[in-house]
Amino acid sequence: MKVLVPVKRVIDYNVKVRVKADGSGVDLANVKMSMNPFDEIAVEQAIRLKEAGQAEEIVVVSVGVKQSQETLRTALAMGADRAILIEAASDVHQDIEPLAVAKLLAAVVKEEAPGLVLAGKQAIDNDMNATGQMLAALLGWSQGTFASELAVEGDTAVVTREVDGGLQTIKVKMPAVVTVDLRLNEPRYASLPNIMKAKKKPLEEKTPADYGVDVTPRLTVVKTVEPAGRKAGVKVGSVEELIAKLKDEAGVI
Amino acid sequence: MAVLLLGEVTDGTLSVDATAKTVNAVKALGDITVLCAGAHAAEAAAEAAKIAGVAKVLCAEDASLGHRLAEPTAALVVGLASGYSHIVAPATTDAKNVLPRVAALLDVMVISDVSGVDDAETFERPIYAGNAVQTVKSSDPIKVVSIRTSAFDAAPMGGSAPVETISAAADPGLSNWVEDKVAASDRPELTSAKIVVSGGRGVGSEADFALIEKLADKLGAAVGASRAAVDSGFAPNDWQVGQTGKVVAPDLYVAVGISGAIQHLAGMKDSKVIVAINKDEEAPIFQVADYGLVADLFQAVPELTDKL
Repeated sequence: MKVLVPVKRVIDYNVKVRVKADGSGVDLANVKMSMNPFDEIAVEQAIRLKEAGQAEEIVVVSVGVKQSQETLRTALAMGADRAILIEAASDVHQDIEPLAVAKLLAAVVKEEAPGLVLAGKQAIDNDMNATGQMLAALLGWSQGTFASELAVEGDTAVVTREVDGGLQTIKVKMPAVVTVDLRLNEPRYASLPNIMKAKKKPLEEKTPADYGVDVTPRLTVVKTVEPAGRKAGVKVGSVEELIAKLKDEAGVI
Repeated sequence: MAVLLLGEVTDGTLSVDATAKTVNAVKALGDITVLCAGAHAAEAAAEAAKIAGVAKVLCAEDASLGHRLAEPTAALVVGLASGYSHIVAPATTDAKNVLPRVAALLDVMVISDVSGVDDAETFERPIYAGNAVQTVKSSDPIKVVSIRTSAFDAAPMGGSAPVETISAAADPGLSNWVEDKVAASDRPELTSAKIVVSGGRGVGSEADFALIEKLADKLGAAVGASRAAVDSGFAPNDWQVGQTGKVVAPDLYVAVGISGAIQHLAGMKDSKVIVAINKDEEAPIFQVADYGLVADLFQAVPELTDKL
């Protein structure tokens, strides 16, 4: 079985996000960028399937600016076999919408015929939580979202999902799209020899036109602002004082 | 303009709070039809009909809809879509599973976690874990939108909308439900509770989380946890408050042993009153807390539980 893993280049999760003064978006110029943390978990899971003898090849795909090559090289250094970059934007501030990404991935799936697509449940930049579900819809495939456990058993996959009430386990027919949540695994670090080896692994460059997909956004960004701030209150000296404040000042208990 | 609102139905029961908040969020967009789908949905439909502002309720009962599996639920919604300008749902894990599938089948974008409805085409939503708020305008013929319920008040009860029974779409037969593991609890539900008491990494162990639970029970509160506490195995995943967990906005939020990472703040900073108990006076949680107590939680929390 071939496993396809889409990965996104996003602002590093440790970087403090700054909204641009003109309200046009978040400042991404000269900011450290990394692989979306949920996508790292998806890459790791694909590698574990390969190590367990359940997958033969891992193909990673990224849709975005040319610099997304670095993200793909990271995935190759972790253990993916080859990469496809779909250069869909020239400006790092241009985000390709999940619907367009899903259409491009659907076209890649038709060419590559993977048995499983493993994706992060959401990207930590636009927080849309949509691409995996949209891809499954366009392919007419089953979907197992927010996975915290995954077991591939022949032509089905058993997926345990993190849902509001607790955990839900479902069995999905393969081929399937599975989106991964935080607790599925702990991604490995790439070793230096593997980083060197990754430079020689194949990386194919494509454009949306190669797949006949229109990536024009459906949503126009009107403005981007900082969230309303919250001021620090007071420090209290004791438990008694805290109870008194909550009763008399705030009136919440 | 007309709105189709996917009601939050779990095992035949309507989440009135989440559904009523969503009704209130979208009431300016047109007549609201609430869809209640499930193996058993008649009682949920009757309940939805009582939410003020609901014009009509559709009730679809079929075994294939029993566990809110994405494929049959999306097929049902897509079959109804042509009569509506908006398809909306509370931004629960169920809706986040189903709505993007619906949107892609309709060839439109989904707009997730909306915290403000400006007009029929323009919506506000948090991005970057709540570090920015973006306003987007949609050019799609049908807007598919999930609503962050903590940003809205609930519509009152007192309506009496007609209920119409409809049939399910053909089950695509792509997935099967195996089991749900839901912790039984007498405590209020986390996202609609008036008071939430949360514990973080500072609590130190699963056994010591009992301190948090005792305080919560004394206050009649729901129990929450930071991602660090969940990742460390101190608390179950469905207690997680934060950008990748649940977003809450209770009247009182008590953060115990929580440092206040940005992604946690994104899940609770809209609470009316925030209390922080932490022994590290430099912890960022104190920058958003109305009342901060710098103290060892193992002394302060039992004392607080006793004296309340």
